[in-house]
Amino acid sequence: MSSFFDIFQQYAWDSVREQIYAKTDGDVQRALSSTRRSLEDFKALISPAALPYLEQMAQASHRLTQKRFGKTIQMYIPLYLSNECTNICTYCGFSLDNKVRRKTLTEKELLEEVKVIKDLGYEHVLLVTGEANQTVHTDYFKKVLRLIRPHFAQISMEIQPLDRQEYEMLIPEGLHSVLVYQETYHQEDYRKHHPKGKKSNFRYRLETPDRAGQAGVHKIGLGVLIGLEDWRTDSFFTALHLRYLEKTYWQTKYSLSFPRLRPFSGGLPPKVEMNDRELVQLICAYRLLDEELELSLSTRETETFRNHCIPLGITSISAGSKTNPGGYTAATDSLEQFEISDERSPQEMAEVISKQGYEAVWKDWDRVL
Amino acid sequence: MLTIADKTFHSRLFTGTGKFSSSQTMAAALASSGSELVTVALKRVDLQDQSDDMLQQLKTEKIHLLPNTSGVRNAKEAVFAAQLAREALQTNWIKLEIHPDPKYLLPDPIETLLATEELAKLGFVVLPYIHADPVLCKRLEDCGTAAVMPLGAPIGSNLGLKTEDFLRIIIEQSRVPVIVDAGIGAPSHAAQAMEMGADAVLVNTAIAVAKDPIQMALAFKMAVEAGRMAYLSGLGQQGTSAVPSSPLTSFLDV
Repeated sequence: MSSFFDIFQQYAWDSVREQIYAKTDGDVQRALSSTRRSLEDFKALISPAALPYLEQMAQASHRLTQKRFGKTIQMYIPLYLSNECTNICTYCGFSLDNKVRRKTLTEKELLEEVKVIKDLGYEHVLLVTGEANQTVHTDYFKKVLRLIRPHFAQISMEIQPLDRQEYEMLIPEGLHSVLVYQETYHQEDYRKHHPKGKKSNFRYRLETPDRAGQAGVHKIGLGVLIGLEDWRTDSFFTALHLRYLEKTYWQTKYSLSFPRLRPFSGGLPPKVEMNDRELVQLICAYRLLDEELELSLSTRETETFRNHCIPLGITSISAGSKTNPGGYTAATDSLEQFEISDERSPQEMAEVISKQGYEAVWKDWDRVL
Repeated sequence: MLTIADKTFHSRLFTGTGKFSSSQTMAAALASSGSELVTVALKRVDLQDQSDDMLQQLKTEKIHLLPNTSGVRNAKEAVFAAQLAREALQTNWIKLEIHPDPKYLLPDPIETLLATEELAKLGFVVLPYIHADPVLCKRLEDCGTAAVMPLGAPIGSNLGLKTEDFLRIIIEQSRVPVIVDAGIGAPSHAAQAMEMGADAVLVNTAIAVAKDPIQMALAFKMAVEAGRMAYLSGLGQQGTSAVPSSPLTSFLDV
């Protein structure tokens, strides 16, 4: 079966990078005035040449987002099931070689976590794991979904890549969305950052959205870990991937995140820094490329930055997040995947959203759908 | 007065509940619109929770709820969602929305026809959201649809009546009320649909996303009334005011 890999191979990283940095003022103006934007327009909008047009991009992004999503922001929260992991990833707190205590939630612990999350008001939840196929496998996920499905309107998963048949097994149990970040589309660098474990297979990861799409997953989330490589080139490949998926799995919705590399105990500093101005540029560029794309912002980002992003094009936001298994019931943060920057509670966040003239939406799906 | 199935409506402006900045703003805008039929997405409300904020705001005597099936991808899911809505919201009215394509949210004609047939048999008052396809409208009538809701343009696009010529055919042929749904982005678009003879229009995004949704709702109310009045009054024929000279036939006058 054909996959994104076939298309991916037709592009060379270095030439894409050169094309982006060669974009001119005229290219940016053309991209801005266009109504149906191409990937060439996207290159212009993420290029350094577009920086002087940031306010104009933000205004356009604001209008397009309101037109499509209205004055609403969807609320979500991660629930870490496990930090067991057999991969080595140079940037991640769960990496096999990182000496932290490993934990996978038992059924009882899971339900305790669910209760806290429900009490915070959440109806949408994102389940997160590392990759430990011996213990955290399809049967475990099935059990988890059966336990928590009655409690949530919508369940998303950010777990190890699975086979098509495995996704097909989980969908009837309540799996709605699959988030799988490529981390970087730079193959050599990908190898450097993932020296050991199943994740070191670049192609298997790259084809995960294809397998999820073939299985009929409702929503697929893409993204790269910003800081590993040149973010502009990586974002172009993300957009290329997105366009391919939209055409191929046309009944599926898509979402994007922009995680910037955050420190963790013993971790690697980012190779490439992306400043706030550039992140705003990227958010707006994605919106100008794709009106219906869900764009989410996590608690990796600071209070101030998140506050200002609400009217810019973001459509979903997490708050009160813990990034360790058992984090909502246990006092310690010692098993966490990364440090969070915005410690506000979901209710505080919802008030901030409301003050900006938006409604925080807790439920936009139903378990029966 | 417009009659659909067992209900009559003074207002020919139907509205929606999505995209508002708060439930309070929504309630105020709906009141200002004078709308008596308001569609609400099943996926947005908590059917188990009678204190759901949006539902509370909609509990007025004047407003009839029109639950919609937004989110379903086929007829089977739609029928299931409709049954759930009937049980939870105590209404057998259903706005059938089957748009498996999340990009332009265009309706699936095949699944919509199948679902309409099934739901009509089950005693539902079905209002299907469809493309402006005159033949599909006739097929839906044959299945027992209560009205048809052809689109002017894609949902939320504010593009106006891009399907104008087909809407005219539908209005001309229809034996059930025609409600122009989706794409109406300005009061002038709504007035245009009403002037053409549409029985009603449904407007959501253009009101919800306006800077002042309450005033915009009022503007739509007035536009729908004006458009209807113009339709009833008989619009003058369009054409150039001057009668052109007749170079081809003037020789006959000589």
